[in-house]
Amino acid sequence: MDNIIQNIQGIPLNHYLIFCSIIFSIGVIGVLIRRNVIIIMMSIELMLNSVNLLLAAFSAYRGDASGQVFVFFIMALAAAEVAVGLAIVIMVYRNTKSVDIESLSKLRW
Amino acid sequence: MTIFYFVAFLSIFFALMTIFTKNPVHSVLYLVITFFTFTVHYILLNAQFLAVVNFIVYMGAIMVLFLFVLMLLNLNKDIEPMRSNLVKIMGAVAGMCMLVTFLGAFKVIESNNEFVTGNSDVGLVKNLGKVLFDEFLLPFELSSILLLTAMVGAILLAKKETKEA
Repeated sequence: MDNIIQNIQGIPLNHYLIFCSIIFSIGVIGVLIRRNVIIIMMSIELMLNSVNLLLAAFSAYRGDASGQVFVFFIMALAAAEVAVGLAIVIMVYRNTKSVDIESLSKLRW
Repeated sequence: MTIFYFVAFLSIFFALMTIFTKNPVHSVLYLVITFFTFTVHYILLNAQFLAVVNFIVYMGAIMVLFLFVLMLLNLNKDIEPMRSNLVKIMGAVAGMCMLVTFLGAFKVIESNNEFVTGNSDVGLVKNLGKVLFDEFLLPFELSSILLLTAMVGAILLAKKETKEA
Protein backbone atom coordinates (compact mmCIF):
# COMPACT_ATOMS: atom_id res chain seq x y z
CA MET A 1 0.00 0.00 0.00
CA ASP A 2 2.82 2.40 0.79
CA ASN A 3 4.15 1.79 -2.67
CA ILE A 4 0.91 2.95 -4.26
CA ILE A 5 0.74 5.99 -2.01
CA GLN A 6 4.24 7.00 -3.00
CA ASN A 7 3.21 6.67 -6.62
CA ILE A 8 0.48 9.27 -6.36
CA GLN A 9 2.62 11.82 -4.58
CA GLY A 10 4.14 14.19 -7.06
CA ILE A 11 1.12 14.60 -9.32
CA PRO A 12 0.03 18.23 -9.44
CA LEU A 13 -3.66 18.95 -8.95
CA ASN A 14 -3.62 20.74 -12.30
CA HIS A 15 -3.02 17.48 -14.10
CA TYR A 16 -6.16 16.03 -12.58
CA LEU A 17 -8.07 19.12 -13.70
CA ILE A 18 -6.75 18.77 -17.26
CA PHE A 19 -7.39 15.03 -17.41
CA CYS A 20 -10.95 15.34 -16.13
CA SER A 21 -11.74 18.20 -18.54
CA ILE A 22 -10.53 16.05 -21.43
CA ILE A 23 -12.77 13.15 -20.42
CA PHE A 24 -15.71 15.53 -19.90
CA SER A 25 -15.17 17.03 -23.38
CA ILE A 26 -15.06 13.54 -24.89
CA GLY A 27 -18.45 12.92 -23.28
CA VAL A 28 -19.84 16.16 -24.73
CA ILE A 29 -18.51 15.30 -28.18
CA GLY A 30 -20.11 11.86 -27.88
CA VAL A 31 -23.48 13.43 -27.13
CA LEU A 32 -23.15 15.75 -30.11
CA ILE A 33 -21.98 13.31 -32.79
CA ARG A 34 -23.98 10.15 -32.11
CA ARG A 35 -27.64 9.47 -32.85
CA ASN A 36 -28.07 6.23 -30.95
CA VAL A 37 -29.83 7.09 -27.69
CA ILE A 38 -27.98 4.39 -25.75
CA ILE A 39 -24.58 5.70 -26.82
CA ILE A 40 -25.67 9.21 -25.85
CA MET A 41 -26.53 7.92 -22.37
CA MET A 42 -23.13 6.24 -22.20
CA SER A 43 -21.48 9.57 -23.01
CA ILE A 44 -23.45 11.13 -20.17
CA GLU A 45 -22.06 8.42 -17.89
CA LEU A 46 -18.56 9.41 -19.04
CA MET A 47 -19.24 13.02 -18.07
CA LEU A 48 -20.58 12.01 -14.65
CA ASN A 49 -17.55 9.84 -14.05
CA SER A 50 -15.06 12.56 -14.91
CA VAL A 51 -16.72 14.87 -12.40
CA ASN A 52 -16.66 12.07 -9.82
CA LEU A 53 -12.94 11.58 -10.26
CA LEU A 54 -12.30 15.30 -9.93
CA LEU A 55 -14.34 15.47 -6.71
CA ALA A 56 -12.38 12.53 -5.31
CA ALA A 57 -9.08 14.14 -6.31
CA PHE A 58 -9.98 17.41 -4.59
CA SER A 59 -11.19 15.48 -1.57
CA ALA A 60 -7.90 13.60 -1.27
CA TYR A 61 -6.00 16.80 -1.87
CA ARG A 62 -7.79 18.76 0.84
CA GLY A 63 -8.14 15.85 3.24
CA ASP A 64 -11.89 16.50 3.42
CA ALA A 65 -14.25 13.53 3.24
CA SER A 66 -17.27 15.52 2.00
CA GLY A 67 -16.17 15.27 -1.63
CA GLN A 68 -16.14 11.50 -1.53
CA VAL A 69 -19.59 11.44 0.06
CA PHE A 70 -20.85 13.60 -2.81
CA VAL A 71 -19.36 11.09 -5.24
CA PHE A 72 -21.33 8.38 -3.47
CA PHE A 73 -24.58 10.33 -3.92
CA ILE A 74 -23.78 11.03 -7.57
CA MET A 75 -23.33 7.30 -8.14
CA ALA A 76 -26.75 6.58 -6.60
CA LEU A 77 -28.25 9.27 -8.82
CA ALA A 78 -26.52 7.86 -11.91
CA ALA A 79 -27.94 4.43 -11.20
CA ALA A 80 -31.46 5.86 -10.90
CA GLU A 81 -31.00 7.93 -14.06
CA VAL A 82 -29.80 4.96 -16.09
CA ALA A 83 -32.66 2.76 -14.95
CA VAL A 84 -35.34 5.31 -15.87
CA GLY A 85 -33.55 6.35 -19.07
CA LEU A 86 -33.20 2.82 -20.38
CA ALA A 87 -36.85 2.12 -19.56
CA ILE A 88 -37.78 5.16 -21.67
CA VAL A 89 -35.50 3.90 -24.47
CA ILE A 90 -37.24 0.53 -24.44
CA MET A 91 -40.65 2.20 -24.55
CA VAL A 92 -39.58 4.41 -27.48
CA TYR A 93 -38.15 1.40 -29.29
CA ARG A 94 -41.41 -0.46 -28.83
CA ASN A 95 -43.33 2.41 -30.42
CA THR A 96 -40.97 3.49 -33.20
CA LYS A 97 -38.78 0.40 -33.79
CA SER A 98 -35.62 2.47 -33.64
CA VAL A 99 -33.24 4.00 -31.10
CA ASP A 100 -32.55 7.02 -33.31
CA ILE A 101 -32.74 10.25 -31.33
CA GLU A 102 -34.28 11.91 -34.41
CA SER A 103 -37.31 9.67 -34.07
CA LEU A 104 -38.19 11.65 -30.96
CA SER A 105 -38.44 14.89 -32.92
CA LYS A 106 -42.12 14.17 -33.55
CA LEU A 107 -42.98 14.62 -29.89
CA ARG A 108 -45.77 17.08 -29.27
CA TRP A 109 -46.60 18.87 -26.06
CA MET B 1 4.12 8.65 -10.40
CA THR B 2 4.24 7.51 -14.00
CA ILE B 3 1.40 5.07 -13.29
CA PHE B 4 -1.04 8.01 -13.22
CA TYR B 5 -0.02 9.22 -16.67
CA PHE B 6 -0.17 5.73 -18.11
CA VAL B 7 -3.65 5.06 -16.70
CA ALA B 8 -4.83 8.54 -17.73
CA PHE B 9 -3.67 7.82 -21.27
CA LEU B 10 -5.56 4.53 -21.24
CA SER B 11 -8.72 6.25 -19.95
CA ILE B 12 -8.65 8.87 -22.69
CA PHE B 13 -7.91 6.28 -25.37
CA PHE B 14 -10.76 3.98 -24.37
CA ALA B 15 -13.16 6.91 -23.88
CA LEU B 16 -12.41 7.99 -27.45
CA MET B 17 -12.94 4.42 -28.66
CA THR B 18 -16.29 4.40 -26.83
CA ILE B 19 -17.72 7.29 -28.77
CA PHE B 20 -16.12 6.51 -32.15
CA THR B 21 -16.81 2.78 -32.47
CA LYS B 22 -19.73 2.02 -34.77
CA ASN B 23 -20.84 -1.21 -33.14
CA PRO B 24 -22.85 -0.40 -29.98
CA VAL B 25 -21.82 -3.60 -28.20
CA HIS B 26 -18.12 -2.81 -28.68
CA SER B 27 -18.89 0.67 -27.41
CA VAL B 28 -20.28 -0.75 -24.17
CA LEU B 29 -17.25 -3.00 -23.72
CA TYR B 30 -14.85 -0.08 -24.23
CA LEU B 31 -16.85 1.88 -21.67
CA VAL B 32 -16.38 -0.98 -19.20
CA ILE B 33 -12.61 -0.75 -19.69
CA THR B 34 -12.79 3.03 -19.23
CA PHE B 35 -14.61 2.57 -15.92
CA PHE B 36 -12.01 0.02 -14.86
CA THR B 37 -9.25 2.58 -15.43
CA PHE B 38 -11.29 5.00 -13.31
CA THR B 39 -11.29 2.40 -10.55
CA VAL B 40 -7.50 2.31 -10.79
CA HIS B 41 -7.50 6.10 -10.46
CA TYR B 42 -9.53 5.85 -7.25
CA ILE B 43 -7.08 3.30 -5.85
CA LEU B 44 -4.21 5.62 -6.70
CA LEU B 45 -5.99 8.40 -4.79
CA ASN B 46 -6.33 6.02 -1.81
CA ALA B 47 -10.12 6.29 -2.05
CA GLN B 48 -10.73 2.63 -1.38
CA PHE B 49 -14.46 2.85 -0.69
CA LEU B 50 -15.08 4.69 -3.94
CA ALA B 51 -12.94 2.21 -5.85
CA VAL B 52 -15.02 -0.71 -4.62
CA VAL B 53 -18.33 1.11 -5.18
CA ASN B 54 -17.25 2.20 -8.65
CA PHE B 55 -16.30 -1.37 -9.47
CA ILE B 56 -19.58 -2.85 -8.21
CA VAL B 57 -22.09 -0.18 -9.19
CA TYR B 58 -20.69 1.09 -12.47
CA MET B 59 -18.94 -1.93 -13.93
CA GLY B 60 -21.33 -4.41 -12.37
CA ALA B 61 -24.80 -2.95 -12.36
CA ILE B 62 -24.94 -0.09 -14.83
CA MET B 63 -22.90 -1.72 -17.55
CA VAL B 64 -24.88 -4.97 -17.31
CA LEU B 65 -28.02 -2.86 -17.68
CA PHE B 66 -26.65 -1.20 -20.84
CA LEU B 67 -25.51 -4.51 -22.32
CA PHE B 68 -28.80 -6.15 -21.48
CA VAL B 69 -30.85 -3.41 -23.15
CA LEU B 70 -28.59 -3.48 -26.22
CA MET B 71 -29.04 -7.21 -26.61
CA LEU B 72 -32.78 -6.94 -25.92
CA LEU B 73 -33.19 -4.42 -28.72
CA ASN B 74 -31.08 -6.53 -31.10
CA LEU B 75 -29.13 -3.64 -32.58
CA ASN B 76 -26.19 -4.13 -34.88
CA LYS B 77 -23.78 -2.15 -36.96
CA ASP B 78 -25.89 -2.21 -40.11
CA ILE B 79 -28.86 -0.32 -38.71
CA GLU B 80 -26.78 1.99 -36.53
CA PRO B 81 -27.95 5.54 -37.25
CA MET B 82 -25.05 7.89 -37.94
CA ARG B 83 -24.99 11.65 -38.24
CA SER B 84 -23.72 13.37 -41.37
CA ASN B 85 -20.05 14.25 -41.55
CA LEU B 86 -20.75 17.97 -41.30
CA VAL B 87 -22.60 17.56 -38.01
CA LYS B 88 -19.83 15.27 -36.74
CA ILE B 89 -17.13 17.83 -37.49
CA MET B 90 -19.20 20.60 -35.96
CA GLY B 91 -19.74 18.53 -32.83
CA ALA B 92 -16.05 17.75 -32.50
CA VAL B 93 -15.12 21.41 -32.97
CA ALA B 94 -17.68 22.49 -30.38
CA GLY B 95 -16.33 19.97 -27.88
CA MET B 96 -12.77 21.09 -28.50
CA CYS B 97 -13.82 24.72 -28.00
CA MET B 98 -15.29 23.77 -24.64
CA LEU B 99 -12.09 21.96 -23.69
CA VAL B 100 -10.00 25.01 -24.61
CA THR B 101 -12.33 27.21 -22.56
CA PHE B 102 -11.90 24.92 -19.56
CA LEU B 103 -8.12 24.86 -19.87
CA GLY B 104 -7.99 28.63 -20.27
CA ALA B 105 -10.16 29.07 -17.17
CA PHE B 106 -7.90 26.76 -15.16
CA LYS B 107 -4.89 28.72 -16.33
CA VAL B 108 -6.46 32.00 -15.26
CA ILE B 109 -7.43 30.86 -11.78
CA GLU B 110 -3.92 29.45 -11.36
CA SER B 111 -4.71 26.75 -8.88
CA ASN B 112 -1.60 26.28 -6.86
CA ASN B 113 0.52 23.57 -8.35
CA GLU B 114 1.02 21.61 -5.19
CA PHE B 115 0.97 17.87 -5.18
CA VAL B 116 -1.96 15.62 -4.44
CA THR B 117 -1.03 13.96 -1.20
CA GLY B 118 -3.34 10.98 -1.22
CA ASN B 119 -1.81 9.62 1.98
CA SER B 120 -4.57 10.92 4.23
CA ASP B 121 -7.03 8.23 5.24
CA VAL B 122 -10.23 10.13 4.36
CA GLY B 123 -11.10 7.59 1.69
CA LEU B 124 -11.19 4.58 3.98
CA VAL B 125 -14.51 2.91 4.71
CA LYS B 126 -14.39 3.63 8.43
CA ASN B 127 -13.82 7.33 7.94
CA LEU B 128 -16.41 7.74 5.19
CA GLY B 129 -18.98 5.79 7.19
CA LYS B 130 -18.60 8.18 10.10
CA VAL B 131 -19.15 11.21 7.86
CA LEU B 132 -21.98 9.59 5.91
CA PHE B 133 -24.04 8.59 8.94
CA ASP B 134 -23.36 11.75 10.89
CA GLU B 135 -23.31 14.84 8.70
CA PHE B 136 -25.05 13.40 5.65
CA LEU B 137 -27.65 11.19 7.31
CA LEU B 138 -30.69 13.00 5.87
CA PRO B 139 -29.43 13.03 2.24
CA PHE B 140 -28.51 9.39 2.64
CA GLU B 141 -32.04 8.48 3.67
CA LEU B 142 -33.50 10.66 0.93
CA SER B 143 -31.40 8.88 -1.67
CA SER B 144 -33.14 5.65 -0.71
CA ILE B 145 -36.47 7.29 -1.60
CA LEU B 146 -34.93 8.43 -4.89
CA LEU B 147 -33.88 4.87 -5.72
CA LEU B 148 -37.32 3.53 -4.79
CA THR B 149 -38.98 6.12 -7.04
CA ALA B 150 -36.62 5.29 -9.88
CA MET B 151 -37.36 1.59 -9.52
CA VAL B 152 -41.12 2.13 -9.59
CA GLY B 153 -40.80 4.50 -12.53
CA ALA B 154 -38.61 2.14 -14.53
CA ILE B 155 -40.96 -0.79 -14.05
CA LEU B 156 -43.99 1.35 -14.88
CA LEU B 157 -42.37 2.69 -18.06
CA ALA B 158 -41.03 -0.59 -19.37
CA LYS B 159 -44.14 -2.62 -18.62
CA LYS B 160 -46.25 -3.55 -21.61
CA GLU B 161 -49.53 -1.69 -21.63
CA THR B 162 -52.49 -3.94 -21.07
CA LYS B 163 -55.50 -3.80 -23.33
CA GLU B 164 -58.08 -2.67 -20.86
CA ALA B 165 -56.01 0.25 -19.61
